[in-house]
Amino acid sequence: MKWWQIGLIACLLVAFLSPLASSSPDGLERVAEDKGFLGLGREAPFQIIADYVFPGIENEVVATILAGLIGTIILFGVVYGIAWLLKSRRREAAK
Amino acid sequence: MHIPDGFLSVATVASTCVVSAGGIGNAVRVANSKLGEKHVPLMGVLAAFIFAAQMLNFPIAGGTSGHLIGAALAAILLGPWASVLIMSCVLIAQCLIFQDGGLLALGANIFNMGIIASFSSYYLYRSVTSFLGGNGRSKLIGGFIAAWGSVFLASIACAIELVVSGTSPLAVVLPVMAGFHALIGVGEGLITAGVLSFVAVTRPDLLQLQRI
Repeated sequence: MKWWQIGLIACLLVAFLSPLASSSPDGLERVAEDKGFLGLGREAPFQIIADYVFPGIENEVVATILAGLIGTIILFGVVYGIAWLLKSRRREAAK
Repeated sequence: MHIPDGFLSVATVASTCVVSAGGIGNAVRVANSKLGEKHVPLMGVLAAFIFAAQMLNFPIAGGTSGHLIGAALAAILLGPWASVLIMSCVLIAQCLIFQDGGLLALGANIFNMGIIASFSSYYLYRSVTSFLGGNGRSKLIGGFIAAWGSVFLASIACAIELVVSGTSPLAVVLPVMAGFHALIGVGEGLITAGVLSFVAVTRPDLLQLQRI
């Protein structure tokens, strides 16, 4: 097994831990709440996997894990793909 | 620290968008000229790790949580421009797919957590490790300080954007943003130093890649 395959599996295991995350507001959200400007925030005009909960699944733990796994795989694929394209495009240019 | 839509003025949205778009453009150019065989899978794994780890909010004081940004880890391992590229992809995906961070605020979020966090941590890491002599322990201390500084400075950039947008006065928002993120930065520092020491033990060659 290649090192990056092990790395990717480790990332997916991290995604499995996502339901354990603290649900307290983060630093900025907390400041916005305390200082009275949280109400200025607007919802997104569309929702896909809003707030890292996969829609249509009753069990929130499962929905959160699914959202985490999907995002982790997408980010690996997209960034690997972009890096591969940037690297190979240069090789073609050099020929 | 993902800014939602509604917190920033049109001028702040426009100027951070222009700066971030320029930053991404230059990151693509630099990556195109420097990327090697080994960088490609590490870029993918780091993006996956940063996304997954950002979901794991850890509690800090007073009913508040924080999560990893990850720019310091990416900048230390791959260099600041590669880190800008990775962070931009993570933030764009979080905005478009997970509705975390506003669409209009995307430029500001990339500026804070991508550009500011990557460059501040990269140069902090280099200064601290060279000051301490460059051995294994100095790299861990450098990683911790760089990661802490990246969160702290990104939160100050975020506070300034809120101030110039007229959302909150400087004297109100800056001390609390900096204060909370000084604590969150400790988490960032511990995670970054932990991953760096894990990489140093398992794949020390990955610490020797050309920085992009």
